[in-house]
Amino acid sequence: MAVILDEAAIARAVESLTDQIREGAGGHRIAIVGIRSRGDEVAERVCHALAAGGVAHDYGMLDISLYRDDLAHLAENPKLQESEVTFQVDGAHVVLVDDVLFTGRTIRAALGALWDYGRPARVALAVLIDRGHRELPIHADYTGATIETERMDHILVRLKNTDGEDGVELVRNSHPG
Amino acid sequence: MARKDFLDIASLTREEVHHLLEQAAPFKEVFTRSVKKVPALKGKSVLMLFYEPSTRTHSSFEVAAKRLSADVIDLDVPHSSVVKGETVKDTVDTLQAMRADYIVVRHKMSGMPLAIARQTKASVVNAGDGAHAHPTQALLDAFTLKEVIPEPAGRKVLIAGDILHSRVARSTSTVFRKMGVEVGFLGPGSLLPRKGPAEGIRRFTDFEEALGWGPDVLYLLRVQMERLEVQYFPSVHEYHRVYGVTQERFARVAGEGIYIMHPGPVNRGVELCHEVMDYERSLINQQVENGIAARMAVLYSLKPGTGEGGEE
Repeated sequence: MAVILDEAAIARAVESLTDQIREGAGGHRIAIVGIRSRGDEVAERVCHALAAGGVAHDYGMLDISLYRDDLAHLAENPKLQESEVTFQVDGAHVVLVDDVLFTGRTIRAALGALWDYGRPARVALAVLIDRGHRELPIHADYTGATIETERMDHILVRLKNTDGEDGVELVRNSHPG
Repeated sequence: MARKDFLDIASLTREEVHHLLEQAAPFKEVFTRSVKKVPALKGKSVLMLFYEPSTRTHSSFEVAAKRLSADVIDLDVPHSSVVKGETVKDTVDTLQAMRADYIVVRHKMSGMPLAIARQTKASVVNAGDGAHAHPTQALLDAFTLKEVIPEPAGRKVLIAGDILHSRVARSTSTVFRKMGVEVGFLGPGSLLPRKGPAEGIRRFTDFEEALGWGPDVLYLLRVQMERLEVQYFPSVHEYHRVYGVTQERFARVAGEGIYIMHPGPVNRGVELCHEVMDYERSLINQQVENGIAARMAVLYSLKPGTGEGGEE
């Protein structure tokens, strides 16, 4: 197990992410939408930084459990959390925020969920960490940090509000499964 | 929570009740979206097997299943062979051939959903069996209660009517007690159970005395007209006078801010007077909406094909 981002490194990654989002907004009012769990906490931090810089924006969060493509394969369905999207999605410039971008399946599910609220003008993707190994034609527009991993490795993200502390660890797993 | 079937409240742990109640809230949020439907059960089928007519519960389950993107198959029981002497086993074999993933059963015989559940791999949901149980009603009642009283432990709910023959009373009182709610029963002495799960429940035969107990919620059971007329009450008017929320009692109920619940459909002028329908603390319409969310939570939480049922 190796710590790859400590509290300070996470803060820098969030700061970088916020700068990229601000520059990419192109003068539009943006809506930051975090994917639960932990994507919502990254999104909150981005929103906090945007607000500190005087950038007006909307905020929402999505639970994507009901949109997963693997429900039929799970022994137990994931516990649902409430989604909260109160801004007008039709015509909005949305930035989806997640903690880790891996296969891309979560983002596919999040797009499905978002579309049930309306038809956004544009959707961009911001991730704290891109760890590679995509299985879908999805990429991040804004990235806090890029980490080289093996397919079977685990990235453990801990964030203060969700887990009590900040830290990202890489757990090597050479055995398939 | 990993269960194949949802048959009663009594066999659920407190944690499972808590889990299901927590899961209902996110489904209620789905109703506020422009598309009120989620793909969780896409490609799955839900078979509706109602041996007893019930417009309300039937449509609630149907909406719940459709909002989860499941296909709904309605077995037209009154016109099918199930009433022409076909055994439960034969029926289940037929159902098995339809490859339903979920079967929603209502039957006048207690225990029928369990009998079916044992013989099929499909997840079976009890939509009311005899005087035994109506667990999804109980769940929606519990969810509705928690919306107005988030911490209901130690609060009081008075259930009024024909307690003895009511599966709603049985399931709903069980779920309330699992949440730490104090339950009281009000009804004619001969219709108040004394033993079994009813032990430890306060019993009242006088409405005014029951209100003096200080309930936070008054839960009125639906009067089954056909049963009532022949057996226990001289008339509907008499029922209203003794066990209904009359205008006079309503003044007291409203004055004390007591919430009113009813599983529906309401017999106006029997269980309650017209005025109650517009009462701001009447939760009756909320119960209907919550019924869909609670049933979505149940369907979502079950896992067809697990457990012992239907093993060859």
